[in-house]
Formats: sequence, structure tokens, C-alpha cells
Amino acid sequence: MNESIISEFQSCVGPRNTLSRPEDLVLYEYDGSVDRARPELVVFPSSTAEVVRLVKLSVKHDIPIVGRGAGTGLSGGALPRGGGLMIAFGRMNRILEVDYENRRAVVQPGVVNFDLTRAVEHAGYYFAPDPSSQKSCTIGGNVSENSGGPHTLAYGVTTNHVTGLELVLPDGEVKRIGGKLVEPFGYDLCGLFVGSEGTLALVTEITAKLSKKPEAVKTLLAIFESVDDATETVTDMTARAITPAACEMLDGWTLCAVEDYVHAGFPRDCGAVLLIEVEGIAEAVTGQSVGIAEVCKAHNAREVRTAKDDKERELLWKGRKTAFGALGRLAPSNYVLDAVIPRSKLPQALRRVLEIGKESGLQIGNIFHAGDGNLHPLVLFDPRDRSQFERAVKASEDIVRYCVQIGGALTGEHGVGMEKSELMTLMFSDADFALMRRVHSQFNPTGLLNPGKIFPMGKGCGETRVRVSPLHAPVPA
Amino acid sequence: MSPLLASSLASRFEGVVGPEYVHTAQNELEKYQVDGAMPAVALQPETPEQAAEIVRIAVEEKLSIIPCGSRSAPAIGSVPSRYDLALDMTRISGIAHYDPGDLTISVNCGTLLAELAQILAEKNQFLPLAVPFFTRATVGGAIASGLDSPLRHSYGTPRDFMVGAEFIDGTGAQTKSGGRVVKNVTGYDFHKLLHGSLGSLAVITRLNFRTYPLPPSRRGFLASFADETAALAFLNALAASFLTPTVLEVMSPEFARLFLEDKSPVASLRLDSQAWTVCVGFEGTSEVCERYGRDLAGLARTAAAQNAVIVHDAQFLTMLEILREAPASMRSAAEQSIVFRFATLPAQLPDLLRALRSFANSSWMPPAVLIRSASIVYLALLPSEADESALKQVAYFCDSVGSLRGKLEFNPSLLFCPPEWKSALNFSAQAPADLDLHRRIKKAFDPNGTFAPGRFVGGI
Repeated sequence: MNESIISEFQSCVGPRNTLSRPEDLVLYEYDGSVDRARPELVVFPSSTAEVVRLVKLSVKHDIPIVGRGAGTGLSGGALPRGGGLMIAFGRMNRILEVDYENRRAVVQPGVVNFDLTRAVEHAGYYFAPDPSSQKSCTIGGNVSENSGGPHTLAYGVTTNHVTGLELVLPDGEVKRIGGKLVEPFGYDLCGLFVGSEGTLALVTEITAKLSKKPEAVKTLLAIFESVDDATETVTDMTARAITPAACEMLDGWTLCAVEDYVHAGFPRDCGAVLLIEVEGIAEAVTGQSVGIAEVCKAHNAREVRTAKDDKERELLWKGRKTAFGALGRLAPSNYVLDAVIPRSKLPQALRRVLEIGKESGLQIGNIFHAGDGNLHPLVLFDPRDRSQFERAVKASEDIVRYCVQIGGALTGEHGVGMEKSELMTLMFSDADFALMRRVHSQFNPTGLLNPGKIFPMGKGCGETRVRVSPLHAPVPA
Repeated sequence: MSPLLASSLASRFEGVVGPEYVHTAQNELEKYQVDGAMPAVALQPETPEQAAEIVRIAVEEKLSIIPCGSRSAPAIGSVPSRYDLALDMTRISGIAHYDPGDLTISVNCGTLLAELAQILAEKNQFLPLAVPFFTRATVGGAIASGLDSPLRHSYGTPRDFMVGAEFIDGTGAQTKSGGRVVKNVTGYDFHKLLHGSLGSLAVITRLNFRTYPLPPSRRGFLASFADETAALAFLNALAASFLTPTVLEVMSPEFARLFLEDKSPVASLRLDSQAWTVCVGFEGTSEVCERYGRDLAGLARTAAAQNAVIVHDAQFLTMLEILREAPASMRSAAEQSIVFRFATLPAQLPDLLRALRSFANSSWMPPAVLIRSASIVYLALLPSEADESALKQVAYFCDSVGSLRGKLEFNPSLLFCPPEWKSALNFSAQAPADLDLHRRIKKAFDPNGTFAPGRFVGGI
């Protein structure tokens, strides 16, 4: 990007709020996934008006735009596949309004997910979507990717908690859709834009639902000798219509790594554990816990522990939420997968994942949202070793293909991004892509907004140009 | 459409669906009336492929299509600007896939809700889609109409439990979105747009839902209050508690008089029909239900309830049926009844309610009101005569509602109204603020404007 264009962008947000030196840009060429793509310029707007000016300038110079929250995404959604401008929303991080009476909060996209909960918890409320990265990921990013988390089993993903958005369209027009009301007037536009991965518009304001904290919470840790026993338990719980607020599984190998990291008292000698949480009024929590313990015992659980206080509960959850970090200590890199299967097929799917691990010769850890069938196999590898990298990618693809084949889906909460765009053909036909393309073209006709995402290269928009920036560093380096 | 053209088209359609499923006789077509408009041909495809072929022919011949299910509520929506073909989807019915262990089901569009409920009940499950016209409505029609359910208070709307859809877009292509699993963010969530779209975007052929286990026990709590202020105070106290009821509805005295009396077994409860009645539904084990009963009674006493009673499973299900059918009952309560629906904010509910009742009373039409989940108001005006003066009174009410815009936050819609009044009232022609975005969606889904022209908000 030449200096005169950079100075035009600088005039929109001020020179202090732009980054253009290679040593700065390198920090923005990755997210939580294995892909990399370096922007040519990173800008930090502080208002919707600044975003509008940036978008208009990009259109004028025909420069692709990608929005970015905290860069914790796991599908390359916030990576500039076509180079160009990255609009980072970190400075638009104000909670604009908290309306307890109507249980809504209006926030800027750069507000960190957990900061919203922190701001309202004194009044007994919280923001329900709880990705593992909730202490750093932004609500704008959650909206783009329609993020989930452990408690989405009971409370749904981001789309179930958003009622209104302010959008900046790729022509610089500002639109408001929805609002605080429980339902839209007309088509459910929020339903379309949440999870559209930044390919239809940039989100500059979000109206989110606030949920009420339950009266009682109980966290159980069920310990099993084998992965099969744990998965059979989950399938049986679903069949017996027991619906906890969260039901997470960690396999024994993963658990050892986690225990070394957080010292939460997880057993080091088991096949798998289930971390199960029940919430509600005290009587419901007591009843459900008894039912869950019964199912666990029926499937040979060695032990079912109940966290005795909030401190122990938080420690167990810390183990779950930092598990990916814990595994990061064991190999130079890891690849977190995200695929969904019908819950009744959990045991067979886990067996297949373990087989694929053996075939690839790589270690695969399993830490995932068992209750809703959302797998997160984590493949450990060394990216400097091309063979390992290629085997990791192949193993991951094999797992995802298998999940789709047994009636599942490509992604449960991380999004398609650039990670899975080529795999979209596993689920969608040419006719499906044709409709997606028409919708995409209605909102993003020039294709400048987040090019190269969702659509496979051959099936994307004619207008979706993916310019290969000379700065783009292929992986592995 | 000229009779000649209709007959030549009819023979073309016969080649697609077979002669017995192509209807052109007047008495047959009358069944497919929408606001007084009649199609030239009514078609009953047996498969999505046949329906897609019909759409392709319609596009080629520049014909308009209104898709329908069992036609239980065709009066919802604006008067169509064109209507050539009725596409009756009731033959595409049945369960496509159901694995009870997954708590998901895939259903063809023409399946009756009542049949679906029975199939799920055999596996001790249910779908929280308790919408009006329940015994007659099809799944596809229920989704396209956007009607809501008293269970929305805890189970939400289809946007929360519909996980995927298959449909025919306006080019005649069979497309889909979502999938059959409970958690899925792959691709654009088009199925969310179909909910409440009144057939204006696509022809729904199959829907995938998350299902729910039937609770061990379902009970209700009914409390009557001297006025709406006391009833709403009870709602506020309930919202501040830890209770998470499944149903939360408030009935005005007029509603209770019209729809609760004579309804056994609820009649035996001897509810005060002069009072505002709050109905709270809850479910769970007997311990959970007992706690609800205790706490609700306490909250009702504090809010100065005149009377309060617990209703057990069978009575509660009767109550739920009354609430489920409320919009339909309001519609049939009088020859010329007009049913409005307002979505508002809990904090603005008291002001909106006061204003609406005052407008109605000024029009000499005491309104029957049902408040759903502290944010949806169903209101029926029941004129005694179907004359000019009644129309003027209703028009006065509509204008008065219009004057609230900017003062209160709400979305109004005219749910049911005599067709001859619909255009005169011009109520549904109000456009959403983001109409331009709606038009873009319409253009992408239905580039030729084939589906249900003029039926959706803003003339879409």
C-alpha cells in the first residue's frame, strides 16, 4: 500500500491509530487458527463515523477490508486473506447502555465478552455466550462468528442472545436492524447477519440480551476408566432427557496435561471425565444432579464428585477453559477442530477420531462440548516439519469429513472462515451456493468485505476477489 | 389470467403433478382464496422436485405463486397484489428423519402439527410450537405464518429451536440452510429468514427442529387481580425472582369472559371474570412444582391477588390450549373481529396497554387483551355491526396507534381483519425502518418477484 493511501487512512483515525510497519503488521497476521495472512494496514477507529470514512476510502482505492476483534478466532475469520485493510475494533470498547428493566445491553463491538458479564453481575445478570476465550474475545467477534461455549447446551449460541445491530455496509451506509424488542418487524435480519462472518457488513453496535443468574449451580466431575463409558453416558443422558446447562468431556491424556497446568485435582489415571453443570432453582438442581449421578454410575463411572464450593467450581472450569493453552505446552503448535455430530453417534465418532490419530501418527487430544455433540479434537504438531503439518491437516480434514458423513456439520461455533471454506462443498450444493452468492452480492457487491471467506474458491462470488498480497506468508513459514 | 391461458397452463402442470392434482374448477379454487383473491390454478405437488418444477414454470411464464399449507390462517398478511397459482404443499408430508436419542427431528412441510406432536409424544418428547389452529395447521404453514406460542416464555420462538430448512428459492432451485444437529454455524442462517416470511421468500419443503423432553409434570398457577396495574406488578415481582416459568400470560376481563367461561375444567375454578388473570405455567419434578406453587402464592399475596389457584396437569393442558388458540378464538369471536398484535418492551408494556385500551374504549369497542411473556400484546376489537361506522371506529383506533410512534417502542401488526377492510385500514402497509435491506433479501431469494407479491410488510 503506498504512502499517500496510508496517509489518507491516517487522516481518518489519526496516525497514532494506524499500524503500517512490517514489524507491527506481523502481530496481526494470525488468529487462533493455523492460517496466516498479513494485512497491509491496521486501523483502530473509535466511532461508527470513523468506520464509515474508512470503508468509503477503501472502496475508493479498491482495497479489501477485514474486521477484527481480539483475534482469538479459530477459523481465520479475521485474517485478511486478500491483504488490504484490517479494521481492528479494540478501541470501540464501550458499554453504551445497560437496561435491566428490559434485560438488554447496548455495546460497541470491541467490548470483551466477559467485561459485559462483569459490568452487570452485581445486579444478578450475565451475558450467556461463554467461549473459552471469553476473557479476551470481543462481542463483535462473537457476533461475526456466532460463537458458542460450554453453556450453549442450555442457552444457545450468540444469535440467540442478540436482538439488534448497527451495521456499516460495504458502501459506507449505516443501517440499524432490530433493536431491544423481542422480535423483529419483518424478516429476521439479525438472524442472517449474526454469524455471517463479516462478509455482509461490519458490525459497529450490538444490542444483547442479559440473562438472569440462576439461584443454584452445581458442578459435577464424573470420572471414567474409558472414553467409551464417558461418551455412552452422554448419549444415555440425552436419551433420558436430562439436559444439564453444560456437559464437557476431556479425555485422560488431555486431563494429565491440564492437571500439570492448573492443579485442579483432576485424576491422572482415568480414561475420560465429564464436567457437568446443572443450574436453576435449588430443587431442580438437586433433582438433576441425582439423575446425572445415576446415569454416570450406570456407565461404570469410577467416581462422581461434586464441587463443594464456588472456588472448587471455578478451578474445575479453569481447567476446562485453559485446556487448549495447557496442551500448547506439549507441542510447538496445535490445530483445534470444530465439528458437530448427532449426539447419539458420539461413541462411534470418538472411536473414529482416535483411529485417525493413530493413522496420522500425531497425538490428538479431545476436550469438547459433549452435550451438544460439538467435537473439538486438538491435533498437536510441529509446523516447522512439513510432513507433520501435512499430516495434521489431513487428519483434521478426515475427522471433519467423517462428522459430516454421519449427519453432522462442519462447524458448531468457530465459523467457516478460511479454514473450512473449501470443505463447504461437503454440505452444500451448487444451488445452495448460488443463493448464498445472491445474498452476498446484495450486501457486498464489490466483494471488498472479508474476501475469501465461507465460499470455496471455485464457488464464491464472481466479484469476490482474493488478491494475494506479496506480504502474505504461507504456512508453514 | 385468461381462461384460455389458464387451460393451456393447466395441461402443462398436469404433466408435472398429474391431472387429479391440478385444480381449475371455481368451487375448488374458492378454497384457496386469499383476502378475496382467487388463483387461476391450484396445484398439489407430491414431491419437492414437482414443486420446484412448478416454480420454474411460473418464473418462465411470469406467474405469481402463493404457497400454502392447510390454509388455516391465510388471512395473515397484506392483500396480495397478484395471485396466479396456489401451491398446496400438504401432500409433501411425513417425518423425514427422527432419532429420538438426538432430540432432533426432520419433518416434511405438509405434516400436521398435531400429527407431529403425537409422534414426538410416543417418545416422550415435544416441539414447543404451540400455535393457533394447531389441529389443522401444517408445520410449514406454522413457520411461514410466524405465529407464536405461549411456550415462548421459556422455549423461545422457532429462531431458537429450528436448526435447518430445505426450500425452493425463486429460481426454482431446491436449496437449504443449517442442518440436523443442535449446534451449527455453517453458512448463512437462511432458515431464520423463513420464519414469519409469509411465503414471500421461498417455498418451504422440509424443516429440522430441536425437540425437547416432556417434563414429568406440567402445572399452572392462576391468579386474579383487581386491575392491570396489580397484575403487572405481579409480573415484575416474578421477573425479579429466581423462578423461570414456561408460560406467562395475562388476560383482560373481556378476554376471560369471552374465552374462559364454559370451558371445562377451567370453568370449575370459578375465576373472577371481572378481574385481570395471570396464568403462569411451570414444569418439573413434584419437588420443583411444589416450590413454584409456594413461591407464586407468596408473590401473588404480596401483589394483592384477589384469588389464586394451582391447576394440575390436565387442567393446565386445557388452559394451555386456550392460550395457544387465543388469536384464533379472538378472530372468530365476532363476525367482523379485528385482531392486532403488538411486540413491545416489558418496561413500556403498562403505557402501551393503557393507551391501546383507551383508544379502543374511545372507539366504543371494549378490547379483549392477552399479554404474552410480558412483551407481546394481542388485542381484539369486536364491532357489533359490520357497517361504515364500525370501519370508521376501527380506522380511528389504527390512526391513534400510529400517533404512539416515536413515543413508545413497539412493532404493530394487523393479524386478522375482514378482507374488505384490510386495504381501507392500510395498517399493514407500514414499512420497517430497514425496508431497503428487506428488499435486498427478497431480491436475492426471489429475483423475479414470483412468491406472494404484496403480502409481506412494506408491500414486499
